[in-house]
This record gives sequence, structure tokens and C-alpha cells, in this order.
Amino acid sequence: MSDRPLAEANTTDRSSGENTASIGRTPPPGEMGSLPSGSIPLSVHDLTVAYHRKPVLWDVEFALPPGRLVGVIGPNGAGKSTLIKAVMDLLPTVSGRVLIYGEPYSKQRYRVGYVPQRESVDWDFPVNALDVVTMGLYSKIGWCRPVMKKHKQVALEALERVGIADLAYRQISQLSGGQQQRTFLARALVQNADLYLMDEPFAAVDASTEQAIVELLREMKQTGKTALVVHHDLQTVADYFDYVILLNMRVVAHGPTEEVFTRENLQKTYGGRLTLLDEATEAMRRRERAL
Amino acid sequence: MTEVRTAARSLLLLFCAIGAMQCAAQLALGADTASSVPSPTEQRTLTDRTVTWPTARQWQRALLLEDYNTRVVALGTTLLGVAAGRVGSFTLLRGRTLMGDALSHATLPGIGLAFMLVTLVSGNGKSMTVLLFGAAASGLLGVGCILGIRNLTRLKEDAALGIVLSVFFGAGVAVLGVVQQMQTGHSAGLESFIYGKTASLIARDAELIAAAGLLCLAVTGLLFKELKLLCFDEGYAASRGLPVVVLDTLLMAVVVVVTIVGLQAVGLILMIALLVIPAAAARFWTYELRWMTMIAAGIGGVSSLVGSVASSIFPRLPSGAVIVLVATVLFGLSLLFGPTRGAVVRWSRRVRLNRKIDRQHLLRSLFEYHEVHSPEVFHSKEAARSIPWDRAVPLERLLTMRSWSLERLGRQIARAAREGLVQQSDKGAVRLTATGLAEANRLVRQHRLWELYLINYADIAPSKVDRDADTIEHVLEPAMIAELETLLARDDAKRGLPQSPHEIVVSSQDDATVQHSTPEQGG
Repeated sequence: MSDRPLAEANTTDRSSGENTASIGRTPPPGEMGSLPSGSIPLSVHDLTVAYHRKPVLWDVEFALPPGRLVGVIGPNGAGKSTLIKAVMDLLPTVSGRVLIYGEPYSKQRYRVGYVPQRESVDWDFPVNALDVVTMGLYSKIGWCRPVMKKHKQVALEALERVGIADLAYRQISQLSGGQQQRTFLARALVQNADLYLMDEPFAAVDASTEQAIVELLREMKQTGKTALVVHHDLQTVADYFDYVILLNMRVVAHGPTEEVFTRENLQKTYGGRLTLLDEATEAMRRRERAL
Repeated sequence: MTEVRTAARSLLLLFCAIGAMQCAAQLALGADTASSVPSPTEQRTLTDRTVTWPTARQWQRALLLEDYNTRVVALGTTLLGVAAGRVGSFTLLRGRTLMGDALSHATLPGIGLAFMLVTLVSGNGKSMTVLLFGAAASGLLGVGCILGIRNLTRLKEDAALGIVLSVFFGAGVAVLGVVQQMQTGHSAGLESFIYGKTASLIARDAELIAAAGLLCLAVTGLLFKELKLLCFDEGYAASRGLPVVVLDTLLMAVVVVVTIVGLQAVGLILMIALLVIPAAAARFWTYELRWMTMIAAGIGGVSSLVGSVASSIFPRLPSGAVIVLVATVLFGLSLLFGPTRGAVVRWSRRVRLNRKIDRQHLLRSLFEYHEVHSPEVFHSKEAARSIPWDRAVPLERLLTMRSWSLERLGRQIARAAREGLVQQSDKGAVRLTATGLAEANRLVRQHRLWELYLINYADIAPSKVDRDADTIEHVLEPAMIAELETLLARDDAKRGLPQSPHEIVVSSQDDATVQHSTPEQGG
């Protein structure tokens, strides 16, 4: 119903999506101009997502250079988790095109590792840590086939990498928050993906887990992998990430951290929550109600 | 999170309670409820629920499954219970339990309408296939309505469930009322769909039930890991390309199959019990999904078997009620004695922990008393042995150090004495034995390490440290202590027993000794 004006608004902005790297509200300086689209881990064009009548993401445009640790920063409700879910086709979108290494997600699924928010599942579920990690291999194992010893071995190695191999057979409700987060990370690791999407992996974890995750991210970067990480703690952004996307319903800015992570951009992202867009939507809804 | 979990758990309990109450009421008021569907032809059987005590011969026949029919029926219903327990495990974890309840209630109008139609066409409507087909159709229609209401109106799912469940059941009762007015068919058997009556099953029905049960077992077995992922983490499952909607539909389809074939054995009011109670009971026994499904299947199977045997002994007893009551007893036993989260296990764990904490407090008090009043006991040549009797700690001093009642203190001392940690003189004075001294030394050391750690690394005011350390030290693992020791080695080069960072209050009355202890010798 009210999707119509949203969609219309988008068509006006729809520029040619041929050269993925040239698009972007703040085009990154030259580094991607020469890259073929197949080596760009993630490019998002024109992405608009709305829940019921409220837009959550509006005209999101960006492309990530390969081998970077990318922080997605923005206030609560800015659409950070929504962005990750929309990238993976988990949500209906109003408009937009997402390419992973030059192709749609459905074709590149195996190259993407996903770490959902820790709160998104019931940790009282009757499985142990190793079971959870093995879930990352299910699509590789195939339908109706049982989990074999070799798969468990791979899962154990992933648990080793995140430093909790000794807890492999512990029921997940008896893990601490940090250990649960590490379990989720290990599950994404077994996929051996090239692009990792992580939804607040640092939320409510202990200091040593935070350190372990950061080291893991840096290790990934060294092997040419890309990670898109939703992050909350502004203090550590410059430390952890070399590329940031500032998001508040739309992309306020994106680019290398030292250029984009500025006081001015943060002000734009966090200050004045009621943007012009909000007011327009509100006015539209009032008119609809009056009719 | 925990609140949601507690809420879910109490909801579950409520469920089981309602199930039990429903069937208790059914047993008590059987005549009353049944008379709402009066039948002119079978008036006697419907209103008469008097149970006649069977003869020894009847007992023997039923219990040894001598009849071919009884045997087949017992096998069929047992398989049904097994399948329901297993399928129910997944629906419980997926949070779709109420959906199953609405589904089974929504089958009633379909049964009535199918019976009416076939009676009008062919004269005899009691064809099992037709009735089950009607049940499945209206059950699915009910589920469709729930999904429609939820998706189109933005009403919450529980509202949609309540509406559909009651409306369909009401419609069903109305349809049955009309059916009773029809002079042609013998509609008496329809009652067994509501309350369940395995005695009315013939071998062919039982074979159908067994086949359906096996089918459900096969589906959940083949798709075990996919269903596990779906129930645990839907979002991740979708991100891996698992067709979430298809799997959900499949799970619901399996529930439909179990429910439909289970109608005659358990009845549509109580069918939900066979889906939820065994699964809920199994959660008290294991932390492994595979075991949970097997235990649930076992509980479901046993309940159904007992129910069907009882039904063949007491043909007028609704087997659904028996099945639910047996399942409820097993649930109660699980709730009490389940090894993973049963009440008894949790209670004994708590008692053991409390005892351990009390014992540690006692030993620490004794040790600190000596630190303040008679540090020389640590230096004496006899340090490796027990504290001498003339240095034993008077009982009243201990009482003031720990704010325990005299009884509690006495209990703890007696317990510690039994373990060989302390000895008590006739006058009540308490001394540490050699083992007790070593243990106390270890505990105090651990406690102080933790306190120091908190002060140095966690920015806690020294005056607040004691209580935190008290609660946390009891769960310190050896590895953690080793880590603390290395951390603190920098601060405390002596690596002996660190001093207490706060004042030790030994006695509140006379000397209110507040001083820093400096023991030179340690662990």
C-alpha cells in the first residue's frame, strides 16, 4: 500500500549499476575503480527495506573493497541488522540489488559466513557446542545425510581456533556469553567462507573473548577474507576496523576509517534522530489516516 | 531471556495441568459431557459409564494380548505414541505446540460433515477413510485460518489460535448435534473421536495408525539434522539456503498425520497431550536432542500401550484419558527425578553447594582468628600438625565472627569434624586438624588472590571486595587460580599467602581487633 511512494522514490535515484565501484554516496578514493565486479566482496545498490509502513533502510549504496575489516556503525534502529539480513535475502526488500563477488547471494551462499546476534536463539536448546558448530557444515553434508566423524573433526578444529575446544561437549546453556559467541564464530568458520557477516559479535562478551575475536578477524584479513561487522562501541572502531559504514537508515558515509570516521560524520549519524525523511513519512501516514 | 524461558516453562506446566484436569473431569463427569450428544439408539452406552470389574480371565486376555485384534491395536497405538513423542519434541522446540492443539480441535466439524455427507449418499457414514479425510481437511482449514488471521490482521498468534480453536470446536459440536438428529446412520461411534476409544478400533484401523506412525518416524529421522537446525536457529538455517517454509510445512504435515490417525485412540481433545507431555518430560532427562526425541518416543509409546490395554479391559473407559494420565505420571516422575533438571537433582545440588560454602566459611574464620590472635601457631614447629588445644578457638568467638545461629554453627562444626578437618573440645572450643589447617590455608589463599585480583584489575573499592570474593571463590577453578597466581606474582614477589586487603573483623565486642595480618609462611 504505502510501498508505492517508496518504490517511486527509488526509481528516481536508480542510476546505472554497471560499474559497481563508481556508485556510492561517498565514493572511496580510487581503490576500487579498476576492480572487476567479481572481486568485490559485497556491493549493495539502491537497497530499500520497509517493515509494514516504516522504512528501515533507504537507498543504501556501497561497495566493499576486498580484504578489509568493515565496521557498520549507527544508532539503535539504524537498520544495521536489517542490512545484514537483507544482504542474505532473509527479508523482503522493496527494491535493491545485492551482489556478492559479482553474483546474487543465492549463487554465492557458500562464500558467505553468517554470525547472527547471540540473543536470536534459545540457548536452552538441547545441543552441545560441537553440535552448533557442525550446523555450519549441514549444507555441505547434504540433505538427509548423517553427520560423520570427519565433520565433527572439522568442527573441533574450528572450536580450537576460537579457543574453546575443551568445551565441545558442554551443553550450550552452560556456556558463558563469551563462549556462546565463540561457538557462533566457530560455526561460521567451518564454512571457510570469503565474506563474513557478523551481527554484533562484541555485544556483552568478556574482555578475553573480545580480544580473541579481534585476533581472529585480523587473521582472516591476512588471508584475504572480508568481514562486515555490526559494532556498537565507538571507542574501539578505529582500533578494530580499517573501513567503516556509517548507517542511519541511509548510508551517511562509508570509506577507510581514517577518512570517514570523523566527528562530523558521527554527528550526522547519531545527532538529530528525526531526519527530514522521518518527517515526510510521518506526514504521509497522517494524511492516509485522515482519508 | 530467562524471563521468557521461565514463562515458557510455566506455560508448559500449565498445559500439562490442564491436560490432566481435562481428563480427570472427563472421567468424573463422563456421563454429563457425553449426554450433550445424545443418541436415541445407543442411549445406554453413552450415559452409562459404570465400570464393571473384569474377571480374571478378561484380565489375562487383555494383559497377555491374546486377541489378535487387541495385539494389533496395542502395536498400532504404541507406534502412534512413539511417533507423537518424537514429532512433539520438534514442535515443542519450534514453539508450535499450540498449533497442534488448534489443529486437532479443528478436525471435529470435518468429521461430522464427512459423516453426514456419506450417510446421505450411501446410508452408512462410518467409513474410516472418509471420516479421517474430513478430519484432515477441516484441521488444515483451521491451520490455514490461523495463519491467515495472523498474517493479514496483525493480531497475535495466540489470539488467532484461540479464535480458531473455539470456533471450529463449537461448529463441530453443532454439526454433531445435527448428526444425532438424523435417523439413518448409527452415529454413536463418533464419540470415540472426541475422547478416544482404542477398544473400538479394528485391526485395519490399527494397521493404518502403525503405517502413519512409521512414516512420521521415517520423515523425522531422515530430516533430523535439518529440523534440528530449523528449530534452533531459523535465521541461520535460511542463510544457508535451507527452505524454512517448506520444512515448517513438512513438520506441520507430520503433526497433521499423527493427529488425524491418533484421533480414535486418544481423542481430539487430548491429542495435544500426547504431543507435548512426553516431549516436555524428556527435557528433564537429557541435554541431547537425539536422546530427547528417543525418550519422548519411549514415554509416548508406554503411555499409549497402557492406555490401549486399559481400554480393552475397561471398554467404557475413554482410552485418551488413560493415556494422558499415564503420560502425566511419567511427566511428574521426570519433573522430580530427571537427572539434568529434575527438582530433586537441583535441590540436592543446591544443598551440596550451600554446605561447601558454609564449610569454607568456617575454616576461613578459624584461620583468620589465628592470624589475628595467635599468629605464632603458624610458626611453631608443630605447624605441620593440628593447632594445639590451648590455642583452640572458643565457640562464642566463632559465633561473633560468623553471623550464624548456634545450631547452624554446631551443625557445620559437627560436619567438618566428621570430615576430619576440625576437632571440638568438651567446652566447645574448636581447633583445626593438620588436614583442616592445610585446607584452610588453601581456601584463604584463594580468597585473598581473588580479592587482590578484583582490587587490582576490576576497580572495586576494597571495602566491597569481601562479599564478592565470598560468592565467587566457591566456583573458582584450579586453572583460574593458576592464572591469578601468575598475574599476582608481579605484585607479590614473595608468592606466599597474600595479606587480606581489608580489615579482618574478628570480634565485635572486646578487642574489636582490626589489624593487618602478616603471615610469613604460606601455601
